Amino acid sequence: MSDQIEDAINREYEAGFVSNIESETFAPGLDEDVVRRISAIKGEPEWMLQWRLKAFRVWQKMEEPDWAHLNYPKIDYQSISYYSAPKSMADKPKSLDEVDPELLATYEKLGIPLHEQEMLAGVAVDAVFDSVSVVTTFREKLEEAGVIFCPISEAVHKYPDLVKQYLGKVVPQHDNYFAALNCAVFTDGSFVYIPKGTRCPMELSTYFRINEQNTGQFERTLIVADEGSHVSYLEGCTAPQRDENQLHAAVVELVALDDAEIKYSTVQNWYPGDENGKGGIYNFVTKRGICHTNAKISWTQVETGSAITWKYPSCILKGDNSVGEFYSVALTRGAQQADTGTKMIHLGKNTKSTIISKGISAGRSNNSYRGLVQMHSTAGKARNFTQCDSLLIGDKCGAHTFPYVESSNASAIVEHEATTSKVSDDQMFLCQQRGLDPEKAVSMIVNGFCKEVFKELPMEFAVEAGKLLEISLEGSVG
Amino acid sequence: MLEIKNLQASVEDKEILKGLNLEIKPGEVHAIMGPNGAGKSTLGYVLSGREGYEVTDGSATLGNDDLLDMEAEERARAGLFLAFQYPVEIPGVSNLEFMKAAVDAHMEARGEELMSSAEFLKAAKLACKQVNLPLEFLKRGVNEGFSGGEKKRNEIMQMLLLKPSLCILDESDSGLDIDALKVVAEGVNSQRDPKRSFIVVTHYQRLLDYIKPDYVHVLSDGKIVKSGDASLAKELEAEGYAWLEGYDVEEADA
Repeated sequence: MSDQIEDAINREYEAGFVSNIESETFAPGLDEDVVRRISAIKGEPEWMLQWRLKAFRVWQKMEEPDWAHLNYPKIDYQSISYYSAPKSMADKPKSLDEVDPELLATYEKLGIPLHEQEMLAGVAVDAVFDSVSVVTTFREKLEEAGVIFCPISEAVHKYPDLVKQYLGKVVPQHDNYFAALNCAVFTDGSFVYIPKGTRCPMELSTYFRINEQNTGQFERTLIVADEGSHVSYLEGCTAPQRDENQLHAAVVELVALDDAEIKYSTVQNWYPGDENGKGGIYNFVTKRGICHTNAKISWTQVETGSAITWKYPSCILKGDNSVGEFYSVALTRGAQQADTGTKMIHLGKNTKSTIISKGISAGRSNNSYRGLVQMHSTAGKARNFTQCDSLLIGDKCGAHTFPYVESSNASAIVEHEATTSKVSDDQMFLCQQRGLDPEKAVSMIVNGFCKEVFKELPMEFAVEAGKLLEISLEGSVG
Repeated sequence: MLEIKNLQASVEDKEILKGLNLEIKPGEVHAIMGPNGAGKSTLGYVLSGREGYEVTDGSATLGNDDLLDMEAEERARAGLFLAFQYPVEIPGVSNLEFMKAAVDAHMEARGEELMSSAEFLKAAKLACKQVNLPLEFLKRGVNEGFSGGEKKRNEIMQMLLLKPSLCILDESDSGLDIDALKVVAEGVNSQRDPKRSFIVVTHYQRLLDYIKPDYVHVLSDGKIVKSGDASLAKELEAEGYAWLEGYDVEEADA
């Protein structure tokens, strides 16, 4: 039966096609000149260039971290190209009609139509292709509500004060090796600002696509929710199937001011590499949010792709009564490796955090949960609840849990629960005896295991996430 | 309906069924009794195609289908239902969702149009009431936190919805109090039909007071060693299995 489950997991990667688009791409290599050229091509003001250069100098002195439970050959940062953009984007198309149809077709094929009338009602999309934002939909409608949703490269020009005030304040340039690299060479991403007391009228989402070969994607997202505002944001990502590994090192910063709420959901489906671990995206991402008084940040992630995932969406609970949440499903199969989890830093009084992590390992993959819960001396009566469940499919995979708890306040309460289970032969046989295909059986069992996290996703995406798992598990039974 | 000829099967190279013959006609209820380790549960698993149960000789056909040539899920869709002795839990998957998927798979295999969610819910509620389970059981995870008796009734509920042509009840009476036993028996009796057959595997004559079998067989050491009508069950209850020909007391105790 284990063999059956194994086979159900080996499936085709549906987003693995390459778009034939003529691009302007920098030659591989990284030095100060490359940083200057990226800044120049974006026409950035001097302060932005200086900010990048400072980060670059910091990065040069840093060492790549090796504490994660991951195994991969050393990344050669000089063999990567740090900028690539479709040529057609050089003229900065003003409307959708001017955008290269091949680009639109790419997103269409991925199930993300960019024509507003065809889109999911109530979802605005920023589409980022390699190093540039192709189009951002529903901008006018959002502007009516005072909401800013635009490529970050544009925000640098149009809203310099907001960008200067918040960029790098949650994840500073020297935070970690990959964040520093991102600060130096980030190319595009989304910028969101929700004004005071405003409830964003629609879901916002960014769809990242890597297309060009040997190119890294370094996107940067900054979301600022002003006092008493509310926003729900979703990101999705895919890349073509290639034999070489590609680097993706993103930074996401969230700022929730007093009484604000940010819900950030990710459906990550980067190319995971083939069965033997050839190719696939190296996903090294720093995501962090800060909560002011009474604010709430909720991270939900469904991670099915990437050869390597290194990612810890975190919350700094600075304000009293603020709330941090982390809901995660991480599925690894084939030779995939994931080291993912969260950090909840409790500074304010009565702060609360909840962590629900569901790791699913299949094939020969390794899936680690790594989490830090820190109760500072100022965090009187703070509470954390952590639940960490692992599901094993087959007998060649690994699940690991690395919880770190540091409490400096005696009135703080930290709870941790963990379980490890297997998709059992008995469960499989019950399903088959009721007429279900082995594939359907595995996906149903896995979906049941993930239920607590899926119910946190915005509705349209919960369905999508369920389907994605189903596709990911196809062939894991045989 | 079901025809088993000289069926031989082993588990991990240990021979369990050693040439079993059995013929069941449509509408008949056959009880299979026998001591521990005789191969009663194995028969259910071999017929339903559980992995790890290797058929070494013989044949088993259901209607025109050669069961041994089919995958477990194909046998199920062909009308074979096994009510488990120890139903397993599937956390997070609701009973309703699970049964809808199962019924869909059956209807799809027959090329029928699938039931709408509303139609199915109606049927499920009816089945739930029939086995005397509160309706909230439809929403709960499959067997998740159910008592032994609730699990057995849940199996019967699935049987009611799937409407199989051959039902194998594997010790569906074990661990049940008398009320739950009656519910299970009533569920089965309500499904007795000239086209539907049952194999009732049980240790005790008790269940057979409520489900009247047409035939009773005694399975011992991988073979049917005695067959008779309902009175045979009473005889066994009174005398035990030791008087049976070919029954090895030492092996049974081991």
